[in-house]
Amino acid sequence: MSEQISAPWAEQAVTEAEEDEALGRRPGEEHRSREEEVLARIERARARKPRVKEERITLAHGSGGKATHTLVEAIFLEHFRNPLLEPLEDQAILTAGGVRLAFTTDSYVVSPLFFNGGNIGDLAVNGTVNDLAVSGARPLWLSSGFILEEGFPVADLERIVQTMAEAAAAAGVQIVTGDTKVVQRGKADGCYVNTAGVGVLERDIELGAARVKPGDAVIVSGPIGDHGVTVMLARGELDIESDLASDTAALNGLIATLLDAVPVGVHSMRDATRGGVATILNEVAKAASVAVVVDEASVPVRPEVTGASEILGIDPLYVACEGRLVAIVDGSVADAALAALRSHPLGAEAAVIGHAADDPPGLVLLRTSFGGTRIVDMLVGDPLPRIC
Amino acid sequence: MRFVDEFRDADLARALATQIAGLCEPGRKYKFMEVCGGHTHTIYKHGIEDYLPEAVSLVHGPGCPVCVLPMGRIDDAIAIAEQDDVILTSFGDMMRVPGGRGSFFDSKAAGTDIRMVYSPLDALKIARQNPDKRVVFMAIGFETTAPSTAMTVLRAKAEGLENFSIFCNHVTIIPAIKAILDSPDLRLDGFIGPGHVSTVIGCRPYHFISHTHGKPLVCAGFEPLDVLQSVYMILKQLTEGRSEVENQYSRVVPWDGNVKALQVINETMELRPYFEWRGLGFISQSALKLRDSYAAYDAEVIFDVPGVRVADPKACQCGEVLKGVIKPYECKVFGTACTPETPIGTCMVSSEGACAAYYNFGRFTRKRVMEVTSA
Repeated sequence: MSEQISAPWAEQAVTEAEEDEALGRRPGEEHRSREEEVLARIERARARKPRVKEERITLAHGSGGKATHTLVEAIFLEHFRNPLLEPLEDQAILTAGGVRLAFTTDSYVVSPLFFNGGNIGDLAVNGTVNDLAVSGARPLWLSSGFILEEGFPVADLERIVQTMAEAAAAAGVQIVTGDTKVVQRGKADGCYVNTAGVGVLERDIELGAARVKPGDAVIVSGPIGDHGVTVMLARGELDIESDLASDTAALNGLIATLLDAVPVGVHSMRDATRGGVATILNEVAKAASVAVVVDEASVPVRPEVTGASEILGIDPLYVACEGRLVAIVDGSVADAALAALRSHPLGAEAAVIGHAADDPPGLVLLRTSFGGTRIVDMLVGDPLPRIC
Repeated sequence: MRFVDEFRDADLARALATQIAGLCEPGRKYKFMEVCGGHTHTIYKHGIEDYLPEAVSLVHGPGCPVCVLPMGRIDDAIAIAEQDDVILTSFGDMMRVPGGRGSFFDSKAAGTDIRMVYSPLDALKIARQNPDKRVVFMAIGFETTAPSTAMTVLRAKAEGLENFSIFCNHVTIIPAIKAILDSPDLRLDGFIGPGHVSTVIGCRPYHFISHTHGKPLVCAGFEPLDVLQSVYMILKQLTEGRSEVENQYSRVVPWDGNVKALQVINETMELRPYFEWRGLGFISQSALKLRDSYAAYDAEVIFDVPGVRVADPKACQCGEVLKGVIKPYECKVFGTACTPETPIGTCMVSSEGACAAYYNFGRFTRKRVMEVTSA
């Protein structure tokens, strides 16, 4: 048996937590039960200023979960900080010459590039259109930036670009500027795409996760997890065959239908991409300081997605969609919003999956189909990397 | 979904819960240990504790192979990955587990070639595709996964693959249960037996638990109704004054185990004299290594392995959590220094660990959860 050494990072974590704990303790908390005291201590630890502890970027930093949030807040927000960026929504809302604009950007690194129901080109157009549309804006113009690996087949590139043109036409946007870079073989994986987009806010509404209130209804526009599972199966590592197709779609038409029918009462909209519905609901719960209570039996999930998730040991709530809207609306307009969504082809299977409550703030709770309850936390890393 | 929904029926669960409550003697407290991490995960994922009366509490045992692996073994694996031309392959749940110098993910970010696989056969495929590389599979798990590792070694030998080896971390469940039963500060009333392990070893090896130690054990499946029914079966034994090994998971677990699987393990592997378990310390005859006749596939023979030992921080109380002496939240570092983002103790590491399950799924007082969700 050899000598034991200590793990410096672990000892340091204990010391830091003890110091933070000594600083963060508030008076009047002594009467709590042991369990409540511990839970309060954890909440204080979670409220600590985020800090990237790793020396290098790992895949978890790209997952959309806790590690991504820590990276964004500790590095990007820390240095770029300004009031337009601070809400950390999917898009920034800008005013120029009296016109309200929505502006966003997104990069696409999905592997494989082609999968059942679409390819990276669909994602690049629809993803950016959706990030604009969920603010209530009408998406108008997109840019496209390509990073190509030496040796990438021109035929594949043309297929992707053709798809982007079709997707843009379908969504009613124009691709008006772009950029191309090529890197040496081995320095990238085939083809990465970046798109940015601009839209105009013509409606007199302001949406945002922070506007969600207790009593609001949580609606999803269709079955969740189709995209993530489709891409996973397309990688061929599991030897499972299925007809499942990606749900990639531009949501601006669906959103316009919703906002036309329900001009007042929509509080927040997101498209459930990386990290899935669970991640969005956690962001909302945190931003609005509300609880979000989800009824598992009401969440629409296709049997293929449930089955693949069981095999992979993942939860469909965390699996990416590329054409699913999560709308959080005032309880009084929930029925009207649901009817409006269902009147549109992309929202035919829309469902109310839960509601916001005032207590416990910041947490997402799930009433399981089995009849129990549990917390749905944000994941640390992504179970399925490079999904979009 | 067929073969799943039947075992998640809320009506049946309510009926079972009533029967369970009816079996509890007034004033008596019951403490059952679910040995397997898979059960811990099921219990929290489905909220099974909401169906149990206050008198019944579940203690989460040592049956999570990721959790009980000492940090030094991860450092050793990384030391192998850092050698020339090595591709280290591992199951996904190992990737984030920190050793003394960081995790596989950190090591990969620093330049080693560590790849995630779903099965050891995938690792074998990588070895075939990369004849100029040395491919090592990080083998981990109880008797559940040992047969597939053994089969892979046999396959590699049959194919004459010379660039494939195993870094063997397989452990065996019975010595760990013995260690827990011998612990003086522990009072358990019964065991929910590890279903997956039992598909290989069968139910006979648990005989000493019921007969020598007088604790009922029910071998259980992994769907929520399986777990509830097992709790019912243990309580029924206690009420009737019995102490036996029973098989709730008979649709999968044969009483005598899987003879063929045991044969391939026995052909390729033998017990180590002792092995270190994180949180439990050294346990004799509790882990497997490749036999000398398969040394050509043993990464510990082929590579220079430093044999690092890393101490858990003193504040970490994983040993007590694993033995059920304290609840996860009673540990001093739970949720502050030790979180799923930066787990410093074994139980916070994998989603099957007791602390991680409690943190992710039950971090909120249960009473308040019930109030909120039934509102």
